Amino acid sequence: MNNSILTIIKKEFARFFGDKRMVFTTIIMPGLLIYLIYSFMGDGLKDTFAPDEDYRAKVYVQNMPETVQPIFDSLDMDITNADDMNVDSLKTLIETKKIELLVVFPQQFDSSISSYNVLDTTQVAPNVLMYSNFTNVESENAESKVRYMLEEYEKSISNKFDINGYREENANETFDLATDEDAMGEIFSMMMPFLLLIFLYSGCVAVAPESIAGEKERGTIATLLVTPMNRNHLAFGKIISLSVIALLSGLSSFLGTMLSLPKLMGGAIDGLPTNIYTTSDYALLLGIILSTVLIMISLISVISAYAKTVKEAATMVLPLMIVIMVVGVTSMVGGNEAQTAMSWYLIPIYNSVQAMVGIFSFGYSITNVAITIVVNIIYAGIFSFVLAKMFNSEKIMFSK
Amino acid sequence: MEEILVAEGLRKTFTLSKKQQKIEKTNSKTKVAVDDLSFSAYKGEIFGLLGPNGAGKTTTLRIIATLIRPDAGDATVDGYSVTNNPQQVRERIGFLTSELKLEDFFTPNYLFNFFSELYAIDPTTRDERRNKLFSKFGIDKFAEVKVANLSTGMKQKVSLVISLVHDPDIIIFDEPTNGLDVLTAKTVTDYLLELRAEGKSIILSTHIFSLVEKLCDRVGVIIDGKMAVCDTLENVKAGKSLEDRFFDIYSEMKGGSDE
Repeated sequence: MNNSILTIIKKEFARFFGDKRMVFTTIIMPGLLIYLIYSFMGDGLKDTFAPDEDYRAKVYVQNMPETVQPIFDSLDMDITNADDMNVDSLKTLIETKKIELLVVFPQQFDSSISSYNVLDTTQVAPNVLMYSNFTNVESENAESKVRYMLEEYEKSISNKFDINGYREENANETFDLATDEDAMGEIFSMMMPFLLLIFLYSGCVAVAPESIAGEKERGTIATLLVTPMNRNHLAFGKIISLSVIALLSGLSSFLGTMLSLPKLMGGAIDGLPTNIYTTSDYALLLGIILSTVLIMISLISVISAYAKTVKEAATMVLPLMIVIMVVGVTSMVGGNEAQTAMSWYLIPIYNSVQAMVGIFSFGYSITNVAITIVVNIIYAGIFSFVLAKMFNSEKIMFSK
Repeated sequence: MEEILVAEGLRKTFTLSKKQQKIEKTNSKTKVAVDDLSFSAYKGEIFGLLGPNGAGKTTTLRIIATLIRPDAGDATVDGYSVTNNPQQVRERIGFLTSELKLEDFFTPNYLFNFFSELYAIDPTTRDERRNKLFSKFGIDKFAEVKVANLSTGMKQKVSLVISLVHDPDIIIFDEPTNGLDVLTAKTVTDYLLELRAEGKSIILSTHIFSLVEKLCDRVGVIIDGKMAVCDTLENVKAGKSLEDRFFDIYSEMKGGSDE
């Protein structure tokens, strides 16, 4: 590599890695913060939606039918006969979360269900009323338990056939034939391209405006521009060094997400997908990530070079953030299958998302991944050339 | 004598904002900063550009240093055109002006080495040069202090030293003693004389008469972007003090332009 490119890269690294605060806020903090927040959110969600296991819900029942009595007895709840109680005052108790559930059966429930004929349209089905309080986790839980038991009871009295019912001979049968791999692939191909794109972009935004617009704002770029160094080398050096730093920042966020994912998903994902993707999958993914960072950094650098201050640069890259997010979301729609037509892979950023969807869902074409990487590098090269031209333009570099 | 710098018909205009047009009471959208400026500087001499604030001195020097391009005309430095061969010009000049800043985060030592690398100077020469310049300007004690923590004067001295890392033959200094105390200013002016003795060519801009009288072999007086007089210091003074002559020239120019 050319000597002056190396000199610039070394300087950018010395600037960044020599500044402990910058390293902390750009590389360590994003991952750590995401890990802590997601883990905390995961735990918090569990606490909010998981009712207390030992709690015995207070359930009041009017006109308890004999046939249903054993069902209620099997539930781990305090059942109270409320035949002589006032429905309205019981409702108030539910409202104020003093008790959890009120179930009102029609009188002669057993005889009315046995005389009810589903095919006779003149008859009205017996109706059970259940009062609960959605804002009370215990009440909601009791309601769903009782509802489930009653629905099961209803099925059992009119049962004609089962679907995937438990039988001695199929005790070990799995009916959902999707493998664990497929399930993981589906989840990852939906989430990962979007998350990676956003994290990489945040990494780029954290470093590029500061290094390009910042140097311009502070007048230090002018000092470089009076030296005989080639402007293309300056642009290259900046883009390469900033890409490495942005990559580290993006990967930190990514790592934080991956590590906290099992907690966040509450068991829906078990551990890291280390075993479901091959080494070549990861190698291709790395290639896509690298080329994506290059194109993002070069694009943000061009925008930053145009801006007069770091603040202005930060404002100017916002619309790009929206575009990146919208493009990232496309990984979540369209049935989790990567585009197959080659022309889609000529569109920067979108090609990265599609290529990543392909890799995560085990359905990529190596040609399309290669096109993605090459196309992104070509675009980055073009932006780098534009950046060099901007370094040469007094209107852009010295306008106040 | 050998011409080291030749400026021919340099012209530079800047666009005015609407507000600026009002302040300057003009309808023209542009302001001429440098207007058909021509002059030559010779090898081994100190050439001074003298003029009031806003006369176009800094603009002229920025054109010669290839930071900005002239709208018309051209300048050659050691035979290389600033518009066609800026790269070669940059290799030959050392440029010092207050708008060239150093990164606060780095130390003088680091910056000296960094810029030496950009000029592809071998480490032995670099270390020799650094030791010499740092001790001459008293930077050695602050060599490992971040630029952010240096005093204004010390920052300026570091900037000066950095502009000389490649030991250029042509040195262009914009207001070299601005903001320096008398002691430091003397170190700088003495050093400029020393550089001349080494055979370097120096172009400087200033609005300080005494500096010109003390240092310059030849002087060009710029008023409103035009070269009013350009000759040896003796010829420009014509027996008077430089200050008196300057006011004569100034009123001649202003009187002429009012007609």
